[in-house]
Amino acid sequence: MSATEHSLSTPLELSLGPCLFNWSAERLLEFYRRIAAEAPVDRVYLGEVVCGKRMPFNDPVWPEAIDILEKAGKDVVLSTLAQPVNKRERQILREQAGYDLAIEINDMSMLPACSGREFAAGPLLNVYNEATLAFLAERGAVAWCPPVELPLDAIQKIAALVPQVEVELFAFGRLPLALSSRCYHARAHGLRKDSCQFVCDQDPDGMDVATLDGRSFLAANGIQTLSDACHFAGLASGHLQALGVRRLRLSPHTVDMVEVSGLFRRFLDGAIDAEEFETGLGALDLPGPLCNAYLSGEAGWKRTVIPA
Amino acid sequence: MELVCPAGTPSALRAAADAGADAIYCGFANETNARNFPGLNFSADELSEGVAHAHRKGAKVLVAINTFARAGDVGLWKHAVDDAAACGADAIIAADIAVLDHAAANHPGTRLHLSVQAAANTPEAIRFYAEAFGVKRVVLPRVLTVPEIAALNREIDVETEVFVFGGLCVMTEGRCALSSYATGKSPNLTGVCSPPDHVDYREDENGQLLARLGGYTIDRFESGQAAGYPTLCKGQFSARGQTGYLFEDPVSLNAFELLDDLAKAGVTALKIEGRQRGKAYIAGVVGAFRRALDSLESGGDAGPAIAALNAFSEGGRQTSGSYKKTWR
Repeated sequence: MSATEHSLSTPLELSLGPCLFNWSAERLLEFYRRIAAEAPVDRVYLGEVVCGKRMPFNDPVWPEAIDILEKAGKDVVLSTLAQPVNKRERQILREQAGYDLAIEINDMSMLPACSGREFAAGPLLNVYNEATLAFLAERGAVAWCPPVELPLDAIQKIAALVPQVEVELFAFGRLPLALSSRCYHARAHGLRKDSCQFVCDQDPDGMDVATLDGRSFLAANGIQTLSDACHFAGLASGHLQALGVRRLRLSPHTVDMVEVSGLFRRFLDGAIDAEEFETGLGALDLPGPLCNAYLSGEAGWKRTVIPA
Repeated sequence: MELVCPAGTPSALRAAADAGADAIYCGFANETNARNFPGLNFSADELSEGVAHAHRKGAKVLVAINTFARAGDVGLWKHAVDDAAACGADAIIAADIAVLDHAAANHPGTRLHLSVQAAANTPEAIRFYAEAFGVKRVVLPRVLTVPEIAALNREIDVETEVFVFGGLCVMTEGRCALSSYATGKSPNLTGVCSPPDHVDYREDENGQLLARLGGYTIDRFESGQAAGYPTLCKGQFSARGQTGYLFEDPVSLNAFELLDDLAKAGVTALKIEGRQRGKAYIAGVVGAFRRALDSLESGGDAGPAIAALNAFSEGGRQTSGSYKKTWR
C-alpha cells in the first residue's frame, strides 16, 4: 500500500471490503478461494469488523485466506474491529497492529498503535473533512474510505486538498449505517448478548427489517445496522477520476461477487455502458433494491441520477 | 460529582443555573452542534450573557461544538470555537479532530471535553485524544456497564462524564447514519436526528395514527393514545415475522439508582439530556437531581427526589440502559 500520484490514465482499482456478516469458516474459505481464482479485484480486506465474539470462529481462517489471496496476486489488508470494548478485543488489536500486513483501522483506538506506520482509514471512522484526513495522513494514513453518508462533492473537496491519500469509494452493497452496544439479533431472538448463540449466522446478508406498512427498510447484523437497499456507485471511470477516487470498494454479500466485480470491471473499462451495467446488476440476486442517493447528499435509500 | 445540565435557550440556561446545576452545556444556533433544531440554541451575545449569569450562580458553561466540520468549510466550526472562547466558556465539547486541533492550537487556556459523538470508549482512544489535544474530560458513549466504566477509569488520567437522565441513544453516538439514510439529514453532519421537517402523521383506515419519518411508517398509536415523536431507533418495525420495538422501547434513561455506583466507579460528572426541553422541565429535573445528590452526599433519604424524577420520563417508562449487564 503506498500513496503515489496517479495520472488520469491509471485504471481505477477494485477492492473487496471485509465481510460484515457471520459466515461460517467453511463459507469464508470457499468464498476467498473463488475470489482469488476468479474475481477481478485488486485488493481484498479481511478480518472481523463487527463483533469480537465471532473472532474465535473466523480467526483461524485468515492465515489460509491471506495465503490464497496473496498467491493470486491480490493486495491483502487486515480490516480491524470497529467497536472494541473488552480487554481481549483490545489485546487482539494491539497484536494486529504489529503484524507485517497492511491494515485498515475502524476505530480511533487503533491510531496510537498504528501511528508512524502506513494504514488505511476505514469507513467507520469519523473522517468528514480535509483537516481531519490531513491529521491522519501525518500519522500514517495512506488510504481512506469515506463514511458512506459523505456526498461526492465533499469527497472531491477533501481528495483535492489531501492528494497524498488514496480515496476508495464504497461502491456496492448494503450500507453500514450504525453500531450499538446492543445486539439486535440476540434481542430479536429473545436472547441476551452474552448468550447470543451466534444467531446472526442465520442471516448471511443481515436480518431484514421492515416498516409498519411493510416496506423493506433496514437490515440488522448483530450490533450493526445496515440498509435494506443495496448501494451502488455507477459512475464512469473518467468521472470517478475527476472526483479524485482511486478505487471502488465492493462489500461482500451472498450474491455472486465474482459476477458483481466482473460487471464493475467491464463498466470501468468501458466494455459495457451504464445501462448494461445496471441491467446486469439488477439481474443478480441482490440483497435489496438498488440505491445511490448518498452520493448526491440526499437520503441514502433513494435512487437518483448522479450528474456526470 | 458534578451535575451537568442542558440548555437549549437562554431561559433554560437561567433555569438550570437557578435550580442548582454545577455546569450547563449549550451550543450555537447552527449546524456546529448536535441539537440543531429550529428555535433552539444561542447567538454569541446570548452565550456571553448566559456565561455571566451562570458564573454569578457558581455554574460553569460548556459549549458543544460537536458535529463534524463540513469539507471545504471548516471555518464555520473554527469560528464557533473562537466565539465560545471569547464568550468565556469554561470548556468546549468537541468530537471532530479538525475542531479539537483548532481549539488546542488556538485556545490552550480553554478546557476541552471530548464529546460523546467521538465514540471513544477504550483507554487507547481516550489517551490518544488526551495526548494529541489535551482533552481533560471524555463524555462516555452509552455502550459501557458500570464495572466497565470503573475499569476504564483505572486506566486513564482524564475525567469521565456519563449520561444519567433523559433520552436514550441506543446506537453508538457519532457512528449512526440511520437518520441520513431515511431523510438526508444526519446527526454527524447536520446536527439533527429524525428531523422534524421530515415527520408527518396520518390516520389509517382503522382510525389509528401512523407516525412517519422520511415517508417510512415507524410507529402506530391507538385513537386517543398520546402519539410519540417518531425517533428512528425507538420506532416499531417488523423482523422475523414479529412486530415491535426492535431497537429500543420508547423509554427514558434514568440511572438514578446507580449514582452511588457511578461515584465509586470514579465518574466525575453526571449529564442530564434535554436541550430541546422547556425551562419547566429543566428546572424540575435539575432541581430533583440537585436535591437527590445533596441527600446522597449528606447520607439523607433520596427517595422523594427520585419519585419527583419519575414524572419527567418519556411515557413514564425508564431504564438504566447499558449500565447494567442485564440490558437486552
